Amino acid sequence: MKYILMMNADKANWDTYTKWSKEDLQRNVAFMRAFSKELKNSGVFVATEGLGWPNEAKIVRAGKDGEVITDGVFAESKEFLAGYWIIDVESPEQAYKIAARASAAPGPGGTPGNMPIEVRQVLSSFADLGL
Amino acid sequence: MPGVGISVKGPPVDVPLDPLLRELTPQVLGTVVRRFRDFAAAEDAVQEALLAAATQWPDAGLPENPRAWLTQVAFRRMTDQIRRESARRRREGEMAVEASRAAEATTTIDAAAEEDDRLVLLFMCCHPALTLSSAIALTLRAVGGLTTAEIAKAFLVPEATMAQRISRAKQSIKDSGIPFQLPTSEERAQRLRAVLHVLYLIFSEGYTSSAGPELQRVELSREAIRLTRSLRDLLSNDAEIAGLLALMLLTDARRLARVNGEGELIPLTHQDRALWDRPQIAEGIALISATLPKGSVGPYQLQAAIAAVHDEATRTEDTDWPQILALYDLLKRMTDNPMVALNHAIAAAMVYGPTKGLELVDALKTDTRVADHHRLDAVRAHLLEMAGDRGAAVKHYRAAAAKTGSLPERNYLLMQAARLSSEMRLVDGQE
Repeated sequence: MKYILMMNADKANWDTYTKWSKEDLQRNVAFMRAFSKELKNSGVFVATEGLGWPNEAKIVRAGKDGEVITDGVFAESKEFLAGYWIIDVESPEQAYKIAARASAAPGPGGTPGNMPIEVRQVLSSFADLGL
Repeated sequence: MPGVGISVKGPPVDVPLDPLLRELTPQVLGTVVRRFRDFAAAEDAVQEALLAAATQWPDAGLPENPRAWLTQVAFRRMTDQIRRESARRRREGEMAVEASRAAEATTTIDAAAEEDDRLVLLFMCCHPALTLSSAIALTLRAVGGLTTAEIAKAFLVPEATMAQRISRAKQSIKDSGIPFQLPTSEERAQRLRAVLHVLYLIFSEGYTSSAGPELQRVELSREAIRLTRSLRDLLSNDAEIAGLLALMLLTDARRLARVNGEGELIPLTHQDRALWDRPQIAEGIALISATLPKGSVGPYQLQAAIAAVHDEATRTEDTDWPQILALYDLLKRMTDNPMVALNHAIAAAMVYGPTKGLELVDALKTDTRVADHHRLDAVRAHLLEMAGDRGAAVKHYRAAAAKTGSLPERNYLLMQAARLSSEMRLVDGQE
């Protein structure tokens, strides 16, 4: 079964992240690389991506006559997706365990950041049935 | 392949097949298109022949004449298809002349037409009627001989997506009625520029991946170099092809030094130059040195010359910046490209100091093509740091980090900001 592990952050998190020390950044980047590699090696990896900065993001909505209305995300969202992993595992417990490891990614000073990781099941689709 | 008619009793295959098949692809495809006049169908037939070779040759051994083998298999596929097609039409009461014509197909190869064919293919795949992403995909498959799966992997998209992109590209060629022949002499220069642009994009996609967690996708850079090399074999007198090839060689030679073991981006000034590929640099320098004096200097030659000046310096501090600046002066006059103007500003800063560089960068603020580009902030940050304005430099490094589309680059820019911040804390006791 597939799960998506979503790393969410609020605006304060993003702003703080840009001010981490070089050592803290290096430690965090090294962890993320090693983590993804480990997921690949253990045969559960499906996909991972990091997302661009939320202040570059827009929310698009089609207006009544179809014209495009866009907004910056800050006006409408409290939390922003920073990145995600999709994994293919045997049980939800295994997904939670992996999510907990991602949550413990080192923060400032090397202590676990304990970022919230949202775990959602990715529903099997018609594609899985070969349709 | 039973019934192919060419004996498959060569030596056991102990060399990797890929390079051989990739080399043969455009030659075989050219022959098939010339014979059947249907690029889209011929391209499919050649892909099937390549697949047959990849599955059969490892066991059966290399055929005596691999090219004739592939051509004949592709011919057979085409003939079968035309027979099926005309049988269908006969049922609809039409005459089928194609089948009889196709049945006469032989594997005779016209050696004179062969070189032309490869060129025509390249011009066709890089036709301005195609979107750049289609042209890139089609060139890699039809001329480069890569499989759809390989191309999909290189561009980090699902195979089905890439297959669709390629088939739409072939449909566009069909719809626009682009003939299978060399462009006329009037449009030739412009069409060649389009070809070089596609090859350049393939190279830079491999060198600085525009997306994804890894910085380099070596395979694409190698493929671009190989294709440019073979284009140069066909048109050895064209100075810009030589310039592009030299630029690729001189840039790619620094590949190993661009990233450290942690996947971090290392800028040119901090690279361990012992890791540079010296033989490749020598080849690039020899090529551009032989090309420049011939006259008709173009943008690729100038960029290659700039890369050569960088590569010639054994230490960063030995870099001949006045010469680089002079070359950027020429390049800036030749192309209206804001990225060139940005690099020109850096070179000016290295010669006349950061104030001059910042002045030139400021002039680009009104250029909508680049005003919001992360490179503008990154260069400004770098020059502000040179000027000793750490606070402003940090601000611009962070702004650049927020805008870049590359994760390794974002990490690099954030680390530059962090490094400067901690220097400021050490000096001033505050951020």
